[in-house]
Amino acid sequence: MLNTIRRKYGFYIVIVLFWLLMTLLKSAGALSSHFASLLVPMTYYAIAAVALNLCVGILGELSIGHAGFMCIGAFSGAIFSLLTKEALPGALRFFLAFLVGIALAALFGFLIGIPVLRLKGDYLAIVTLAFGEIIKNILQAVYFGVDSKGVHLALDMTDFTLEPDGLTLIKGPQGVSGTPRDSSFTVGIIVLLLALVLVHHLMDSRDGRAIMAIRDNRIAAEATGIHVTRYKMLAFTLSAAIAGAAGVLFSHNVTTMTNITNYFNYNASIMLLVYVVLGGIGNINGSVVAAMILYLLPEMMRGLQRYRMLIYAIVLILMMLFNWSPALVEKRRKAVAWLKNKLPGRGKGVA
Amino acid sequence: MKKKLAVSVVALMTSVLMLAGCGGGASGGSSQGSGGTAGGVFKIGAIGPMTGDGAAYGMAVVNGSKLAVDEINAAGGVNGFTFEHKGEDDELNNEKSMNAYNTLKDWGMQVLVGPTTSGCCIAVSDLAHEDSMFLLTPSGTALDCVKYDNVFRVCFSDPAQGTASAKYLAEKGIGSKYAVIYDSSDPYSSGIYESFNAEASAQGLTIVSAEAFTSDSNKDFSVQLQKAKDGGADLVFLPIYYNQAALILKQAADMNYQPVFFGCDGMDGILTVENFDTSLAEGLILMTPFSADATDERTVNFVKKYQEQFGEVPNQFAADAYDGVYAIKEAIEKKNLTPDMSTEDICKGLMEAFPEITINGLTSSALSWDASGEPNKEPRIFAIEGGKYVVQ
Repeated sequence: MLNTIRRKYGFYIVIVLFWLLMTLLKSAGALSSHFASLLVPMTYYAIAAVALNLCVGILGELSIGHAGFMCIGAFSGAIFSLLTKEALPGALRFFLAFLVGIALAALFGFLIGIPVLRLKGDYLAIVTLAFGEIIKNILQAVYFGVDSKGVHLALDMTDFTLEPDGLTLIKGPQGVSGTPRDSSFTVGIIVLLLALVLVHHLMDSRDGRAIMAIRDNRIAAEATGIHVTRYKMLAFTLSAAIAGAAGVLFSHNVTTMTNITNYFNYNASIMLLVYVVLGGIGNINGSVVAAMILYLLPEMMRGLQRYRMLIYAIVLILMMLFNWSPALVEKRRKAVAWLKNKLPGRGKGVA
Repeated sequence: MKKKLAVSVVALMTSVLMLAGCGGGASGGSSQGSGGTAGGVFKIGAIGPMTGDGAAYGMAVVNGSKLAVDEINAAGGVNGFTFEHKGEDDELNNEKSMNAYNTLKDWGMQVLVGPTTSGCCIAVSDLAHEDSMFLLTPSGTALDCVKYDNVFRVCFSDPAQGTASAKYLAEKGIGSKYAVIYDSSDPYSSGIYESFNAEASAQGLTIVSAEAFTSDSNKDFSVQLQKAKDGGADLVFLPIYYNQAALILKQAADMNYQPVFFGCDGMDGILTVENFDTSLAEGLILMTPFSADATDERTVNFVKKYQEQFGEVPNQFAADAYDGVYAIKEAIEKKNLTPDMSTEDICKGLMEAFPEITINGLTSSALSWDASGEPNKEPRIFAIEGGKYVVQ
């Protein structure tokens, strides 16, 4: 029990310490503005990685469309903020934007889950892949605005006219712009901690045990009376909701979402999957660390100019070998055992 | 295990932080001009996609501005000071563009030439406005790019291009029925189409078909071309980039459809597409500020140097960036700005100077600016004849 507590709260403390360190350094002016600007993206990619790990690692269903859920959270949160920019004070508006983004992403997760999670096999991967592309293409084509006559929606710019008092919310490929820059490192860390608490508690709860039982052996789980579809829906909807929260942070940090092909596409979903795989499938804390490091790496290698993408790829391969190559895993295990001998005895965690 | 993880996290974060510190302090691969007094360097940053899909545009902006910086330094600099230049990659991604901006800020950037593309420019202009950093985008064409008073641009805006194209076509009476093929996923392309459409109906032009494609389906244009052909269009307006335009020209030739094709500044570069039969581009009309075939001394000199240094024919992106640096030089001289001034003061000085200066550039012989940030220059129309741009 004590071990469990130490195991879980240890990582929260590391995150809080990281936050404290960064905040202190920032207020002391010791952080470069480049590094300071990377802190917020680091948190939201970490949150998205937690979300995807819940789906891939805990539920055991491959999703390659999580950027789509992020996209929904990002757009709905941004639109809410634009609509209430004047009406509500900043903090309340941002909080409500989170609720809107999370709710909509969860709704879409739920709707997708209804047909797909009943099936056996890798259908979720196929459907989420399509979903991500559909969402991206729709949001890129749609013109959406409000004026005194109500809500206007069009797929062609020539059909889209607003009254003079109208407010354009999504302008086709020119996307959403003018979102207030509400995201901050502190908010990002709070959301990340909440997501972690949620997922860890789920894993330790009765529901979580059921979900993991389904992952490990569906037939056995069904035989013990677990309602497979229900628990799958629960985990997947939760995963989509957390990804939506990451999206809200995204849109309130970047403020201008044009040309979304370049960051909510198939590649973005794969990138999230890379964070999860390299951090360890099913290892929630590991995916946080992997997301942060892998987001930082290419930025920190800017000094290498055009070679950085090449080197980034090599680093990815090395990290993969380090994490998964049997020979290396064995060496690491021995090193850990050796360390354990040096330190006073301690039970091995389920890393 | 967890403890080990926690320790390694802290260790990694610390090492990363140290890396960041190093990156912030020292200046990476940059081209420093010879000479220059101590502290007498203006630091000019450039941002554009140097990897990935838009690499051709970003590299052109970074190279074009670098060429101008090197030339100015070799010719004695500005008021006795020299320029220092550094380009950063934004991968055509708003978020990465903001990171690139902050990297350059840490480097000590005082003036920004960039970002290259509209979306990135809008995102970065938010930051530049907060920091009072002077921003001159060579090629951010969207209307919103210059919504702040500290942002200026060298190129025409999307609406200006669309409107000017429709006006030109109506004036010259080229074609009677028009078709448009545009990229609905691209703000640049759809922005031009929007204003072209508005002006065309004001001028009474008949648009028989307006077909879109997206960046995910930009290889096969037979449907769009067939619609244009069925509608009897004798002019096809292509407000798109040259790589797709090259495919359209090829596919139109394959289906034996021979209308007049008309493009905007994104069309510049079509003659450099690999494996493209340039004879297909004969008769193509394009509205672009720059022609590498022009015979005036400045252009000839620019094209020659650019080819020597970077091994390719420069396009309008490079020319816009090149002009941008010269405009900044002119503005600095006009207000006697010095590098030891704060970024805010330099920004203020440049903002005052820009509406007052006129430069003889590659993209216009008399390039000047409105206080709103829009350039004043005459649109130039070229037709491709014998594999060369010929002024219309």
